[in-house]
Amino acid sequence: MSEPVQLSIQTPTPALVAKLRGEPFTELPPDLYIPPDALEVFFETFEGPLDLLLYLIRKANIDILDIPMARLTEQYMEYVEVMRTKNLELAAEYLVMAAMLMEIKSRMLLPHPAMPGDEEEDPRAELVRRLLEYEKMKLAAQKLDALPQLGRDLLPVEVWIEQTLAQRLPRVEVADLEEAWRALLVRAKMSQHHRVTREELSVREHMSLILRRLRGGGFAEFGDLFEPTRGAPVLIVNFLAVLELVRESLLEVTQSEPYAPFYVKLAHAQPE
Amino acid sequence: MLSPSEVKTVLEAALLAAQQPVPISELKKMFDEEVGADTLRRLLEELREAWKERGVELAVTASGWRFQTRPSFQKYLERINPERPPRYSRAVLETLAIIAYRQPVTRGDIEDIRGVTVSTEVMKRLEERGWIDVVGHKEVPGRPALYATTKTFLDDLGLRSLQELPPLEEIAKTLDLTQTPPPAPQPAPDEPATAQPSPA
Repeated sequence: MSEPVQLSIQTPTPALVAKLRGEPFTELPPDLYIPPDALEVFFETFEGPLDLLLYLIRKANIDILDIPMARLTEQYMEYVEVMRTKNLELAAEYLVMAAMLMEIKSRMLLPHPAMPGDEEEDPRAELVRRLLEYEKMKLAAQKLDALPQLGRDLLPVEVWIEQTLAQRLPRVEVADLEEAWRALLVRAKMSQHHRVTREELSVREHMSLILRRLRGGGFAEFGDLFEPTRGAPVLIVNFLAVLELVRESLLEVTQSEPYAPFYVKLAHAQPE
Repeated sequence: MLSPSEVKTVLEAALLAAQQPVPISELKKMFDEEVGADTLRRLLEELREAWKERGVELAVTASGWRFQTRPSFQKYLERINPERPPRYSRAVLETLAIIAYRQPVTRGDIEDIRGVTVSTEVMKRLEERGWIDVVGHKEVPGRPALYATTKTFLDDLGLRSLQELPPLEEIAKTLDLTQTPPPAPQPAPDEPATAQPSPA
């Protein structure tokens, strides 16, 4: 437990701590110190090395455009070290960042002769650019989160509208059926044959015939169920068969509009 | 011919009954030619004014106009409707911010800015919310998907366009960054300027 505390107090030779704007710093500012016990909580909340670095920079009130690399790197390494000793899951990104910090630090230590007209690239520039861009996005995320959000902070207004979803079926009146029947009778009369044979007229039989005809599941026009040429008695039996089938809910008769032809089809199988 | 106040009442009824934000072009269909888009816009503004003191407000988002409850009353409404949506994690929100402000971006671009791997889980949550989608593929090896925010994202945050996003905080404004441009020889794949959606 006391190990990490030692780490953050351990400082290299005072001269190396920092040279901030030409002025040598021999001590770490007190506000840079974070009790290591709190780190575990911190690391859970950090969103990566950039986030951690930003935290260190902002906490220490360091000018982000003039980062004291030695100090920052050292701080950063302390954190990484604590993470390792605490066996926290250390994402590879943290180590990559550590390497990057070291590299920048070492590049800054190298003497570079001032050449007129040759503007030396600050080794920290890329890091600063990334830090600034990340911070910008981090703050933007907070602002987005602060916007009123549908479903979280407000709800769409919904007025209850009664909507019947029942399928609208055409209505069939008794008079329509009667009308259709009359038309059939007229046709039957017109094409009457003088055939005098005895026919076994069975309503049941006709019912079967009709059912068989419609077995495919399709529609048939009402009129097509009848054969006017076979005379009125057959027609009557046939009509009775249709009525019987309707009554037994085996047949469905529909009409799309008044005076339109009737259509007949098998009713859906009803187990009862 | 309806009087303006009658038109307003019809608009009110239509918007209250609507399930989604309704654009003016759609509202216009309810009326004959004589009611123009400008008139509708003016009447909608009047309607918005008329609802100002109510618990419900008329708002305009990317997809159109909608009635919504006021955020200040949400804490009361939650008491009778306790299933509260979970808040998004920082990872989700930062990813969303990067997509919103830097779109179109690849996952690689997002990872460059955040400095950590973007988990599939994060992307999935945003996609399932209908806030982001793939708008194309970057013409680089692997053809990574380019992500952008959707109209639903704008609608859900009450924005009419991306221009209404909160302005980015200019942290570096007072500090002159031009002195330290990023090093040229180093690859900088996160330059948003190159992230143009392919016309595929």
